[in-house]
Amino acid sequence: MSVDATGAPVAGGPLPAVRGRAVRRLLRDPAGLAGLVLVAGFTAAALLAPVLAPQDPAAVDFEQVMGRPAPSAPLGTDELGRDQLSRVLYGLRSSLTVAALAVLLAVVVAVPLGLLAGYYRRWVDPVVSRLTDVLLAFPFLVLAVGLAAILGPSLLNAAIAVGVAQIPTVIRVMRAETLRLSAESFVDGAIAAGAGDAAVLARHVLPNAANALLVQVTVGIPAAVIGEAMLSFLGLGVQPPTPSLGVMLSSAQPFFAQAPWLVVFPGLVIVAVTLAFNLLGDALRDALDPKGVRR
Amino acid sequence: MGRYLLGRLAQSVLTLLLVSVVVFAGVRAMPGDPALLLAGDDPDPATVAGIRERLGLDQPLPVQYLLWLARMARLDFGESVRTGLPVADTIWTRIPVTLELAALSLLVAALIGIATGVVAAVRQGRPADWAANSAALLGMSIPNFWMGLMGVLLFAVVLGWLPASGFVPLTESPAGNLASMVMPATVLGTGLAAVIMRQTRSSMIEVLGADYVRTARAKGMPPHRVVLVHALRNSLITVLTILGLQLGGLISGAVVTEQIFVLPGFGRLMVESVFTRDFPVIQAAVMVTAAGYILVNLAVDLLYSVVDPRIRVRSAPSGRGAERGAR
Repeated sequence: MSVDATGAPVAGGPLPAVRGRAVRRLLRDPAGLAGLVLVAGFTAAALLAPVLAPQDPAAVDFEQVMGRPAPSAPLGTDELGRDQLSRVLYGLRSSLTVAALAVLLAVVVAVPLGLLAGYYRRWVDPVVSRLTDVLLAFPFLVLAVGLAAILGPSLLNAAIAVGVAQIPTVIRVMRAETLRLSAESFVDGAIAAGAGDAAVLARHVLPNAANALLVQVTVGIPAAVIGEAMLSFLGLGVQPPTPSLGVMLSSAQPFFAQAPWLVVFPGLVIVAVTLAFNLLGDALRDALDPKGVRR
Repeated sequence: MGRYLLGRLAQSVLTLLLVSVVVFAGVRAMPGDPALLLAGDDPDPATVAGIRERLGLDQPLPVQYLLWLARMARLDFGESVRTGLPVADTIWTRIPVTLELAALSLLVAALIGIATGVVAAVRQGRPADWAANSAALLGMSIPNFWMGLMGVLLFAVVLGWLPASGFVPLTESPAGNLASMVMPATVLGTGLAAVIMRQTRSSMIEVLGADYVRTARAKGMPPHRVVLVHALRNSLITVLTILGLQLGGLISGAVVTEQIFVLPGFGRLMVESVFTRDFPVIQAAVMVTAAGYILVNLAVDLLYSVVDPRIRVRSAPSGRGAERGAR
C-alpha cells in the first residue's frame, strides 16, 4: 500500500494521493457529505453551547412548568420550568464529552495492545487474547453496574465503563491490521534496513493502520453516545442536575404522558447524532477501502 | 474436532477463572466491611466475628479467594443484604423473564434481519436495497430504550392497544404474557435486526456471486430455490456469529428494556441492587452474567464449527476459534 516505485518503505502512511482520493470519494458520496456536515454541526453546537443557549440551563421557573413548545421556549420547558433547548445543547455537550473520553480511553489502551499482539504472535498474543476474552465477558452495562457499586455513579465512571467496553473491538481491529501489515514487503524492507521493532511498529505499521482506526473511532462515538444515554437513563451515569441527553430522558420519564416533548426532543437529538456518525463511518469505510466496493 | 473442542473448552475455563479473579478483586474493592454489611444494623461484635469466620475473612487473601470461588462454584451466593433471602433463589426467579425477553428479541431480530437482508441482496442497487439499508442505518442509530418510550407513548398512551408496562407470567396467562412481551421484544430486537440485515446482505451478495450458485443456475435450478437453499445456511451462520458478538449488547439492552417496561427480570434486579447497595446480589449478578456470556460463546463457537467446517480446519494449528470478529 505505502511503497514507492522502488519498493522502499515510505514512512508516514499511504501516499498523500491515496488519502486525497479517499477524501474526494467521501465528499462525492451524498450520505458521507451529509454525515460530515452533521457531525461538524453537532460538535460545534456542543462546543458553543454557552454561546448558543438562549437561557441558563439550570434556571428554574415555576411559572413555566412543563410548558409546550412555544416561541419563548422552542422545545418547551421541563418539570422545573427549565428551558429545554438550552438543556439539550448542554446535554449534547456532556454526552459528547463522555463519548470522546470513552473512545480516547479505548484507543489509548487498545492500540498498543493490538499492535503488540499482532506483532509478537508467540508471547504477547495469547495474553492479550485472554485479556480481550475477560473484558468481553463483562457486558458494558454489567461493568457499569460494578463500577457504580465500587466508585459511585458519575460522568467519569460512565466514560470508563463505555470506554472499557470498546477496548476489545479496537484491540481486534489493530491486531488484524498489524498481522496484515507485518506480512507486507515494506515491513521486511524496514527490518532489512536495520529498523528495530519499535521503529517498525511506530513508523511503518501504525501509520498504515490509521485508516482502520479512524473508521473504528467514527463508529465508536455513536455507540458511546448511546451507551452514555443508557447509563444516565438508569441513573448510573451523569448525575442530575448536570444535563446529559440520557439524564433528560430519565427525569422526563415520569411525566412523559403529560409532556411528551420532554422525551421526544432529547431522543431525537440522540438519534440524529448517532445517525450522523454512522453515516460518516460507513462512508469513510467505503472511501478508504482500496477496492472501492461497497461491503 | 476433538482437539478443537478440548482447546476451546480449556480456553473458556481459563477465561472464567480470570473473570472470577476480577470479580473477587472488585468485591474486595467495594467500600465497607462485608461482615459489617451482612450483620445488618447495630451488630454486636460476636455476630460480626462469627460472620467473618464463616466467610473466611480472617484468612489470607489467596485462601479467601479459593474459599470464595468454592462458594461461587456451588452457586452459594450468600444472602441479600436488603431482603435476607438467599441470593441464588432471587436470581433463579428473575432469570426466566430475561431469558424469555432475550429469546423473543432474537426471534424478532432474526425474522426481520434475515428477510430484509435477503431481499436487499437479491435486489442489490435497486430501491428495495436502498430502503432496507436506510432502515438498517436508522435501526442502528435509535437507542432501544428511547424506542421503547416512544412505543409506550404510541401504543399504550395514545392508541391503548398494549399495556404500558408490567409483566404477566406465562403460567398465568399465555396471551397476557405475549401482550406484555410484544413491545419489549420488538424494541430490543430492532437494533439487532439491523446488524443481522447488514451481515446477511453482504454474505448473500458474496454467495450469489459464487461459482456454485452460477452452476446451480446454469443447470436450471429455479431462482427462488437458489436463493432459499443457499441463503438459509448462510443466514444461519450469520445469526450465530452475530449472537456471539452481540450477546453483550443484548444483555445490556435487556437491562434497560426491563427498566422501561417494568419487567421483573435479572437486569432490573441488578440495577435495583446498585441503588440499595446490595453487594452480594451485585457480585452474584455480575458473576452469573459473565459465566453465561462465556458459556453461550462457547456453545456458539462449537455450533459454528458444526455448521461451518472451515472453522475447525483453519483454527486447528493455533487452537484459537475466536477470530470471527477480526477482519
